[in-house]
Amino acid sequence: MAVANPLGIDLDQYKWGFRDPEQYVFKARKGLDRQVVEEISYLKGEPEWMRAFRLHSLEVFLRKPLPTWGPDLSALNFDDIYYYVKPTERQGRSWDEVPEYIKRTFDRLGIPEAERKYLAGVGAQYESEVVYHSLREEWEKQGVIFLDMDSGLREHPDIVREYFGTVVPPEDNKFAALNSAVWSGGSFVYVPEGVHVTIPLQAYFRINAQNMGQFERTLIIAEPGSYVHYVEGCTAPVYTTDSLHSAVVEIIVKEGARVRYTTIQNWSKNVYNLVTKRAVAYRDATMEWVDGNLGSKITMKYPSVYMLEPGAKAEILSVAFAGEGQHQDPGGKVVHAAPYTQSSVVSKSISKSGGRAGYRGLVKVYAGAKGSKCAVRCDALILDERSRSDTYPTMEIDETDVEVTHEATVSKVSDEQLFYLMSRGIDQNEAMNMIVRGFIEPISRELPMEYSVELNRLIALEMEGSVG
Amino acid sequence: MDAELVIRDLWAQVEDKVILKGTTLTVRAGEIHALMGPNGSGKSTLANVLMGNPFYQVQRGEVLYKGEDLLAMSPDERARKGLFIAFQYPVSIPGVTMASFLRTAVSARRGYGKDQLMSLAEFQKLARAKVEELQIDPAILGRYINEGFSGGEKKRAEILQMAMLEPEIAIMDETDSGLDVDAVKIVAAGVRRMFEAAGGKMGVLVITHYPRILKYITPTQVHVMFDGRIVTSGDAELADELDRIGYDGIRAQYEQVAAEVAGEGEVRSAGKVFWVRH
Repeated sequence: MAVANPLGIDLDQYKWGFRDPEQYVFKARKGLDRQVVEEISYLKGEPEWMRAFRLHSLEVFLRKPLPTWGPDLSALNFDDIYYYVKPTERQGRSWDEVPEYIKRTFDRLGIPEAERKYLAGVGAQYESEVVYHSLREEWEKQGVIFLDMDSGLREHPDIVREYFGTVVPPEDNKFAALNSAVWSGGSFVYVPEGVHVTIPLQAYFRINAQNMGQFERTLIIAEPGSYVHYVEGCTAPVYTTDSLHSAVVEIIVKEGARVRYTTIQNWSKNVYNLVTKRAVAYRDATMEWVDGNLGSKITMKYPSVYMLEPGAKAEILSVAFAGEGQHQDPGGKVVHAAPYTQSSVVSKSISKSGGRAGYRGLVKVYAGAKGSKCAVRCDALILDERSRSDTYPTMEIDETDVEVTHEATVSKVSDEQLFYLMSRGIDQNEAMNMIVRGFIEPISRELPMEYSVELNRLIALEMEGSVG
Repeated sequence: MDAELVIRDLWAQVEDKVILKGTTLTVRAGEIHALMGPNGSGKSTLANVLMGNPFYQVQRGEVLYKGEDLLAMSPDERARKGLFIAFQYPVSIPGVTMASFLRTAVSARRGYGKDQLMSLAEFQKLARAKVEELQIDPAILGRYINEGFSGGEKKRAEILQMAMLEPEIAIMDETDSGLDVDAVKIVAAGVRRMFEAAGGKMGVLVITHYPRILKYITPTQVHVMFDGRIVTSGDAELADELDRIGYDGIRAQYEQVAAEVAGEGEVRSAGKVFWVRH
């Protein structure tokens, strides 16, 4: 018998609003200055170059203004945030060593579903720190590295130093600079030449401290001809004061390699989710971003792919759901900097109960990138009169020998569709759910099964009470 | 009780245009009614009003289904109680597969609770059997609802839904139009099988412009609709006569009666046409 709650989560625990008592070994003070940054670097025992990188980034952060476009960030108070929280002294080497209360939280999030299958591959960030991270043996034999970023820096300093900050430099934007100054956790993935990682690498993130920022930093290097699918799912408990999540993800996809990066973001409704995600793709390489945004107060996230050599391909799939008080401003950037590069962007946004969701995108084709192709499609579904959708497509095309298409639709759930489903005995609420699920299907079908199920379930939860 | 659909003096409009002008008709389980009439006479409006399409407004009259006030029920409630309509122009719903749609619908019809579904195995067995019976390509189950279906595929998909939902009163709104003769035969045979299998527990209202389909589904009663009301009723022979004299012949009789009874309050008739003034 199939039921609506396949992961077995007690839905009465509304939207993961539970929380564990805080148990911290170390707790940084609120606010950000040179001393906080030095302290983070010292506690982590980092090499001098990283300390210098952090301090330089801090200067950039302090100098840079907030973005003058996009959602309103004026309520964000940088002095009221913890920039580093460390839950345990050391890293759990096996699942047995992971603290019981953390396991309990994962349990309530339904993570064991994936964990049971991929136990050896789970990397879980909890309270700014990765407490459990191990890798299946066969991958280790293949030379695949999957560590939290702190361990990556410790164990593979040369690789990290070569690539860290090269795709997203601190100067890129204020929040990239902030992350560069105070980053903690995140994943470090290295896939050697020709290696195909067949099972997705999964990481789970969760914020669980009041006024705590989370600044994970992820670096993925795919050597020529390799393949990896990295999956992150985020859920967060509900808090009363504002929280900041500002991550940076850097991906290097070398010749003929393919990387897919999948995210389901469901931060609690008070979180500012300001993330910089960027990949560079070399000759005949493929980069795919699959990005689902449901939670948060404000999300600004524009996964980018810079196609630097001929034959590089980019695919960006994004879905955003904005309910009451939410402003989802996702999108994507594709930069064609070489001939015969191809990109495709598909964006689906849903807004209800006064929420705002939309698409902000850039297509850039440099002169000389002849024979390149780009297709952008953004569809918005607006569920009631109070809600809003915004589309801001920007195209900068400096080459004539290209094919660029842009299609955009804005629709409401049609009465004809609702009536049709209802005429078969399906109640109005479920009929609405079905239409919304169908709307995002081009993206949910790209997700691993349990994420697809979770996405549909989360949307069903958000849709509750949306029809009279 | 066996299903009974009683329509009394039903008036309904679309936007500002009054389409139904006092339709009266009763369909019981065990009966097959044919409702015929020229384009624009109100046949499809009647079907949509009976299913509760919000696009149509009922002005007056009543409809009782199994003794209850049908017009007070939501469309999904009507369907769960066994009323079905095979639409003339079914809409498409991108991204939702026929299989997931049918499983949800059949579960609702069979009284599963909110968010509960019949088992996948049971559903697949049922779906496979019905698809085979109606000679439909099973690949249809994996396609999105009506998305990219040809006219004929849409009609067959409607009949597939009918077969799976096992209605007690089924309305077929011009299911035969746009089908070639072989497809009409298959659809008609499917409906006849459903009707026979129901053993008197199912009533059918076949709405059609052409008598063709009635060769394969023999109706117990035939009605002709003009200008929003039923102007004549009879047995299967009426369909044959209609085939002979055409709607123009009926229209001439109708106009003759209408002229005679202007202002009067009793039943008149001319040829096959009668007039009941309400």
